[in-house]
Amino acid sequence: MAKMGPRLCVLAAFLVTLAACGGSNAPAAQTDVGITSNSISLGNTIAQSGPAAAYGTIAAAEQAYFTYINNTKGGVNGRKINFKVLDDAYTPANAVTLTKQLVEQDQVFAMFSGLGTQTQTSVRDYLNTKKVPQLFVATGATTFMADYSSHPFTIGWQPPYQGEARIYAKDILANHPSAKIGVLYQNDDYGQDYLKGLTDGLGSSASLIVDKESYEVTSASTASQLATLKAKGADTLFLFTTPAFTIKSLVITTALHWEPTIYLNSVSNPQVYMGIAAKAGAALKNVTSVGYIKDPTDPQWANDSGMQLYKTVIANCTTCNVNDGFNIYGVAVAYTMVDVLTQAGSNMTRQNVMNIAGTQLNESNPFLLPGVNVKTTSSDHFPITQEQVITWSGTGWTLKGSLIDERGTIK
Amino acid sequence: MNRIRSAPPRYWLVLVAVLFFVGLPTVVTSFQSSEWTQVLIFAIVIMGLNILVGYNGQISLGHGALMAVGAYTSAILIHRYHVDYLVTIPIAGLLTGLVGFLLGIPALRLSALYLALATFALAVVTPSLIKRPAQFTGGVQGILITPPDPPQFAKDVFGGVTGGPAMTSDQWLYYVSLVIALLLFWFAWNLVRNRPGRAMRAIRDREVAAAASGINIAGYKTLAFGISAFYAGVGGALYGLTSGFVSPDTFPLSLSFQLLVGTVIGGLASIAGPLVGGIFTFWLPILSNQFVASQPWIPTQVAAAFKNAGPAVTYGALLILIMIFAPNGVVGLVTAGYARLQARLRGAGDRGSGQMPSDAQTV
Amino acid sequence: MQEFIQQVVSGIASGAIFASLALALVLIYNAMGLVNFAQGEMAMFATFIAFTLIGHGLNYFIAFPLTLVIAFAGGVLVQRVVIRPVERAPVLTLVIVTLGLATLVNGAAGFLFGYVPRSFPSPFSFRTVNILGAFASYQDLSVIAVSAVVLVAIYLLLQRTTIGLSMRAAAFHPEASRLLGVRVSWMLALGWGLASAVGAVSGIMVAPILLLEPNMMQTIIIYAFAAAVLGGIESPLGAVIGGLIVGITVNLAGAYLVGGDLELAVALAIIVGVLVIKPNGLLGRASVRNV
Repeated sequence: MAKMGPRLCVLAAFLVTLAACGGSNAPAAQTDVGITSNSISLGNTIAQSGPAAAYGTIAAAEQAYFTYINNTKGGVNGRKINFKVLDDAYTPANAVTLTKQLVEQDQVFAMFSGLGTQTQTSVRDYLNTKKVPQLFVATGATTFMADYSSHPFTIGWQPPYQGEARIYAKDILANHPSAKIGVLYQNDDYGQDYLKGLTDGLGSSASLIVDKESYEVTSASTASQLATLKAKGADTLFLFTTPAFTIKSLVITTALHWEPTIYLNSVSNPQVYMGIAAKAGAALKNVTSVGYIKDPTDPQWANDSGMQLYKTVIANCTTCNVNDGFNIYGVAVAYTMVDVLTQAGSNMTRQNVMNIAGTQLNESNPFLLPGVNVKTTSSDHFPITQEQVITWSGTGWTLKGSLIDERGTIK
Repeated sequence: MNRIRSAPPRYWLVLVAVLFFVGLPTVVTSFQSSEWTQVLIFAIVIMGLNILVGYNGQISLGHGALMAVGAYTSAILIHRYHVDYLVTIPIAGLLTGLVGFLLGIPALRLSALYLALATFALAVVTPSLIKRPAQFTGGVQGILITPPDPPQFAKDVFGGVTGGPAMTSDQWLYYVSLVIALLLFWFAWNLVRNRPGRAMRAIRDREVAAAASGINIAGYKTLAFGISAFYAGVGGALYGLTSGFVSPDTFPLSLSFQLLVGTVIGGLASIAGPLVGGIFTFWLPILSNQFVASQPWIPTQVAAAFKNAGPAVTYGALLILIMIFAPNGVVGLVTAGYARLQARLRGAGDRGSGQMPSDAQTV
Repeated sequence: MQEFIQQVVSGIASGAIFASLALALVLIYNAMGLVNFAQGEMAMFATFIAFTLIGHGLNYFIAFPLTLVIAFAGGVLVQRVVIRPVERAPVLTLVIVTLGLATLVNGAAGFLFGYVPRSFPSPFSFRTVNILGAFASYQDLSVIAVSAVVLVAIYLLLQRTTIGLSMRAAAFHPEASRLLGVRVSWMLALGWGLASAVGAVSGIMVAPILLLEPNMMQTIIIYAFAAAVLGGIESPLGAVIGGLIVGITVNLAGAYLVGGDLELAVALAIIVGVLVIKPNGLLGRASVRNV
């Protein structure tokens, strides 16, 4: 026990000093905690280490957009955005502690684009009780949009997984009404949400699903599951999987001499991943997905002004890979964030910003597919609901038909 | 030897430490109290792990799984059966203790190496096992727990002392954790000083010899597992209460690993070690992540890279360095330094060996 | 029936992956009576080295042996720097050090190479062979074939050469070996180097199938543990047989018994079941406990 006490005292004294220095922002009229005359402070928790560390680059891309706005536009209405990102390693307990730190110690104005369903669920009640906006969480779990009335300080951004799955259901009913569907899904909220959307979307035709198989992120391979799906006679394969498992599953499907019509979810469809799958031996025939965001590697956007802006912005991030689909996601959602802050103008209160984000959004975002609107109203809190069916041509995605809007179908 | 010499100041230090912890929330913010709550919770679980690893020489890489049992017991009792949260804590401890006791039975047949393997696999499997009985555990959605309000007497006392704003839930949970931590540390201290503790250490150091002298090896080994699991269960229940949420991802492999690191860094077979271990377990990832990134003199590129690799690399490197250079952890270093200082003051040449002694210091 | 055969064939393919890593575990065990928790991470890191070499334009068949040499040197270095100071410490200490090593290597790989999965080149074609109506790819077969070659090499080394004999002697009777003039510590270093090289073979062979990323081996190592334990942890042949049995069992149990989400739990059950019922595994020998 020797020397313990004094050590702790020193540490405590240090912490007290920190707290005293950190919490002395004098609030002015029409503003809230985290706003000064020349700054807006936002917080974020995301996985930068651990098994989900691949997502960490999203926050870096968001940071790059804020840097771009701060440097070229002088910030938002004269206030520079201060974005503090902390690593929660994808575990809820860390997210709770770090979110409390950002809110209570670092005094952020709002949380922005926190990533992960379980992590963001773990802090939702806390943030709503404190009336701190939990803006544009990076998960498509339906609850973050559907439960706005019980959690009015929380709003999602990306299309809900269920909505995407409903679009696939529509496509099946229109083009393959006698399909025998086999589903491979990751056994977590993400996979289960997709599965629910597909089942709901098929409605009375849900019996088209002949089999569904799950795997864990700890599984070594999905070969066993795919062999079962093939043996059950499925001629249409749904992959509600994360990128690495999607690639492996595409390869295994080909190796099994199985040529089903394949639907794969939007999280896994960036061209980078399709390229890896093709290199590893996947045939990639009859592959359908949906998109709502521009793919940086897609040549059709080479001269697109939004894509050029993205490339300018992402140059601010030295650790970001310009071709990584996660990065354009980050820039796009940061664009919406800046849009909301701009609209709030001089009324920089948490309540007002939350109102705009949750009920008054109406923006066309240069990083999203043409025609996709980011929109919320007093009765609808799903910011993005339009997606476009895309098919794999062998070298890239081809947009098929027009945008499909699932607004209002998910409650 | 230096145990006897350093005995008198020890009680003062315990008193100072207790006063420090009791007074802490009155001088720091509610958030900082909540951080120290996490330290206390880790200290409790690490104390239990230390009983198993440090005092009994068994190993567990799966204590995160036992925390999950405790956390889910508490959360399910609160959420489904509306049991008072304070009542759920001992129940969680006892149930987890039972689970640990049962785990201890197959563990008897395993050498340290195989036990490490089996518990490692257990830690990895835990999240998928939790998801299965979804109607009970909430599956992948987890279970939300509303943070408890402080009772009136606590509000009165706390308000009277600080004269500041009303006591928060975080501050109340800090005191709940503190009381439990004090009780469990006191229990552990008694345990290791008395017959069971001596028997456990005898088994650790010379198992066959211990058996020859009539010690019930199987009994004490499973007992160590059970007690250790009890601590993990109580810690797990508190972990869930303070997070307000339990879910499969709350208990990843890295949690089990962090706990073992904390045990080793604090000091094996030491009562103060787990407290130091708790401090490290909680602060190390935060400091390695936030401190480096916030230092203006470190190039952004390096800081960003460090952020990505920081916790893992720091953990790994520290663990190896400590095992090589200070196998008795921070507490071992401090006691050795203290002994050396005293020896020098008295002009004696009593040097610590620096190697892991067969009889590690008890405090 | 055809599905059953496919499950078995796919199981053998996965089993070969587990076996290839289990061989490295067995080598370390033979060299110092230890299970190296960092084995998978070291294999992953070596694979990244191969990837970098190939990325710089080196021919696959030059990069492969070059990586093995680097991995061997790396293994020796790790033993000299990290393991040697604690080589006579209790098992607990060694387990913790190898865990620390695993974390360190994993974090370093994430830091150096990032977390985006990459395709790893392979000289073997994607074509498949038909086995009783089930399919296996040449990639899968190549893992099996290379594992068999490694197995024979390890067997010859351990059983038929003086170095192998000295290695095993150094591991299990260090004092006596020292008296007989065996340089015990260097034998351990040699064991680490060889295990590291065998791990690199495993990594390079399986990376085209698993995709190269820092967490590539994180769960494979557990199946490899199960394989090694089942086979009897000191037996190379046991590791391969164990790997194949684990691969098939996991697949069949996943498909017909417990569901695909509990595959890893099956591996855990195998580990615990074997350890409790038959701790020496299928091909291991009973050991005598030291007082």
